[in-house]
Amino acid sequence: MATQNIKHALFCAFITLLISFPILGLNLESAGTTLELTGADSATIVAILVAAIVVFLFQTFRDSILTAAGKMPKLNRWSDRQPMPQEKRLKLENLFMTLIMISALIWPFIVSRGSVDLSTLVLIYVMLALGLNVVVGLAGLLDLGYVAFYAVGAYTFALLSQYLGVSFWIALPAGALLAALFGLALGFPVLRLRGDYLAIVTLGFGEIIRILLNNWTSLTGGPNGIGGIPDPTLFGMEFGRRIKEEGNISFHDFFGIPYDSTHKIIFLYLIALVLAFISFLAIRRLMSMPVGRSWEALREDEIAARSLGLSRTGVKLSAFTIGAFFAGFAGTVFASKQGFISPESFVFLESAIVLAIVVLGGMGSQVGVILAAIAVTILPELAREFSEYRMLIFGAAMVLMMVWRPQGLMPMRRVHINLQKQE
Amino acid sequence: MLEVRNLSMRFGGLLAVDQVSLNVQEHEIVSIIGPNGAGKTTVFNCMSGFYAPTGGEILFQGREIQGTPDYKISRLGLVRTFQHVRLFNKMTVVENLLVAQHRHLNTNLLSGLIKTPNYREREQKSLDRAAYWLDRVGLLELANREAGNLAYGQQRRLEIARCMVTEPQLLMLDEPAAGLNPAETRELNQLIISLKEDYRVSVVLIEHDMSLVMEISDRINVINQGKPLASGTPDEIRHNDDVIKAYLGEA
Amino acid sequence: MQDLLYFVQQLINGLTIGSAYALIAIGYTMVYGIIGMINFAHGEVYMIGAYTALIAITGLAAFGIAWLPLVLLVALVCAVIVSSAMGWAVERVAYRPVRGRHRLIPLISAIGMSIFLQNYVHLAQGSRNMGFPLLIEGGFRFGAADSFQTSISYMQITIFITTLVCMTALSLFISRSRTGRACRAVSQDLGMSNLLGIDTNKIIAATFVIGAALAAVAGLLLGMYYGSIDPLFGFIAGLKAFTAAVLGGIGSIPGAMLGGIILGISESMTSGYLSGEYKDVVSFGLLILILLFKPTGLLGKPEVEKI
Repeated sequence: MATQNIKHALFCAFITLLISFPILGLNLESAGTTLELTGADSATIVAILVAAIVVFLFQTFRDSILTAAGKMPKLNRWSDRQPMPQEKRLKLENLFMTLIMISALIWPFIVSRGSVDLSTLVLIYVMLALGLNVVVGLAGLLDLGYVAFYAVGAYTFALLSQYLGVSFWIALPAGALLAALFGLALGFPVLRLRGDYLAIVTLGFGEIIRILLNNWTSLTGGPNGIGGIPDPTLFGMEFGRRIKEEGNISFHDFFGIPYDSTHKIIFLYLIALVLAFISFLAIRRLMSMPVGRSWEALREDEIAARSLGLSRTGVKLSAFTIGAFFAGFAGTVFASKQGFISPESFVFLESAIVLAIVVLGGMGSQVGVILAAIAVTILPELAREFSEYRMLIFGAAMVLMMVWRPQGLMPMRRVHINLQKQE
Repeated sequence: MLEVRNLSMRFGGLLAVDQVSLNVQEHEIVSIIGPNGAGKTTVFNCMSGFYAPTGGEILFQGREIQGTPDYKISRLGLVRTFQHVRLFNKMTVVENLLVAQHRHLNTNLLSGLIKTPNYREREQKSLDRAAYWLDRVGLLELANREAGNLAYGQQRRLEIARCMVTEPQLLMLDEPAAGLNPAETRELNQLIISLKEDYRVSVVLIEHDMSLVMEISDRINVINQGKPLASGTPDEIRHNDDVIKAYLGEA
Repeated sequence: MQDLLYFVQQLINGLTIGSAYALIAIGYTMVYGIIGMINFAHGEVYMIGAYTALIAITGLAAFGIAWLPLVLLVALVCAVIVSSAMGWAVERVAYRPVRGRHRLIPLISAIGMSIFLQNYVHLAQGSRNMGFPLLIEGGFRFGAADSFQTSISYMQITIFITTLVCMTALSLFISRSRTGRACRAVSQDLGMSNLLGIDTNKIIAATFVIGAALAAVAGLLLGMYYGSIDPLFGFIAGLKAFTAAVLGGIGSIPGAMLGGIILGISESMTSGYLSGEYKDVVSFGLLILILLFKPTGLLGKPEVEKI
């Protein structure tokens, strides 16, 4: 037993060296037209060796380590605590949400301009994640081309404003509805595919839309994108220093305050906040409606759901369309925030980030997804060194979550329903 | 109310069901029995629309339904359970029953989002119906448990309750007693008879537990190797030589 | 005549790329055949193979070793070893612990792994693309000197022949060897094979290793053919190879070959007659159409839904 363990451990350590040394330890450098090979610094080499030794030791004493880990006092003191009663939990949750809302409302007036701008981005990701949560978390459909609907929302606004001079407030519902329509049109043929095929096909759709945006230069400007996207207005008041459109007045003139470019940023933040909040409430309501329950039913057991009269296509399509709708919302806000969009903002990586948010937060759990969106967007900004490793860590986190905690950091809690005995 | 005529189902070279006929009257319990692999579940799958049969007709209330998609068949009032319990495991017990009433609650999105009085009223009705049936199968106390955490016998009962909240006319039970202990089987007996007597539904039953079949069936159909072997009342079947040879003799 | 030559040129280019896609597609198709999951990180294993080969070639050049067969052999062996180790490790770390869980879970784990490996190479080797030396130069030309000439480079011939050799070896291995037989048994019924005393864990690991080794061969070949590699090199190629696997019928090895070649030719025709920009659109479009109308692919077996 022991010798077998050591053999296996040696093998694992050797594999560790094989997969880390050539890639990490030997670096290719371009020198003019040719390449040169340089060894990595000694710290890296030491790290590789340490990693191999750690793997070796772990595999050798695997059994005793795992038993010891099982006996250790629980790191999470709350893990085997009784769940609190439903009413108390709901009250607490509502209190928590109210507190978050209040602080989110005060937030832009006490922090710097850059922080407000970043917060708007966080809210955009919250909207995206809430929407994808419907598709992946509730309906169990792995959509890897989610960013396509985000792009549809953003480009709808950009194109409508460029060619027809349409304002933000009209583009907002238009972008969301058009994204939903795309969801409907793309979803209809593909939704009868099995889960993993669906994932690949949606990924393909996402790429096709990006490539089209990139190459249809006459309409979308190709890789150069579209600029000059207008800011939202408040009851016809503009936030720029000068009025762009006849008949409008500017915000600072109306209130007789000096011009400040922060006003616009704060205004956009508040719009995003309200929209994110509306998305949250709407989806929460949908979850307890028949349509929301049928999403989950189909995820849990498709055959049983069909045997009870749920149409597979209908139910999946509704999830897909509603998810796309919220992505369209987010896209419009994004276009307005940036003032400029190009296909580069809508690559597969964005879909992967939003998926990572949903997975980390806990599939199906709205509060979890919101917290994860905040964490995933803000952490790289807080620690600059971290941002380089961001995607590496996301990838690793996705794997680790699936292995150890597939329900996410804050798993979805089921709502209890009080029933009266019927005679 | 249900008539199956010369039903055949072929998978590639295998003829799983060959010329099986069956009919079910109002308020009647009909059993399908036969050795393992006789094609009983395939007959069920054709009747409930999971397979499109390769031959024959299925008439429900005088309407041909063979080849109709499964979800449409269940909306006609023809619902089934499964040999291996199929619940929505991560959803609570009561949610399982609410999903089943989807079509009773089929309102548009907007009325649900703003909770119109009409929507509330219908929601309350489906909650009441769910509560009624949970009480009926003795699961009311467990209404907010996750369905996947119930004991096996409870899951079986929940599956039947889930069918009953759809207010079906014909209930198809695929081996409902499999894995139950004798006491649970007796309870199930009572329940199935009560479904017929008190709720006026017809039941088609696939079952291996002979005592159950003989006790509650009005009529029995025997299938062997995909072919019909005999049909009649429990007494007739008990004394049918072919059946004894092919099936009961084995046991 | 000129048109014909142009057409033949596209055909040759398509065959070249397509047979390399087929090599990568084997990894998808075998893994899918055995455990029914899409190994999303397979494209990254291929990319790592290409990087390892380039590192080996550069290292040999630094020692002044330039004898072509030796350089190619060393690069090939290094790439195959490192990629195989990677394939083994990926299965061990990201897939084995989640095997048998809900379908979504291994898939998300695979996507995470893919993102991780992409960034692993990105951080270690930088995001810029690296020039890959063209070691095999020259070729045949057909057609009049003053007009369009069809050319077949020795590189293209190498790719084609290597693929054929690998495919034949694989087919022999699957049909003749003990491990191959076990592979087929496991893909028929995993649980039953386990009961019959086949070490299914070992067989599954072997599948990953074989797939990774073939991907590494493709990495070396396509790296030389394209002349440059970068960390994103595997992502699109992986998708293409997956498309090829589905096109031919996932789970079927001849299907992967057929699918790869059809995909390669349709791509090179798009580039040749339409625009290179749209070749990805065409291959994704092809994938979607196949999945919609014949999800079992050209040579795949139909699946019966079990209740």
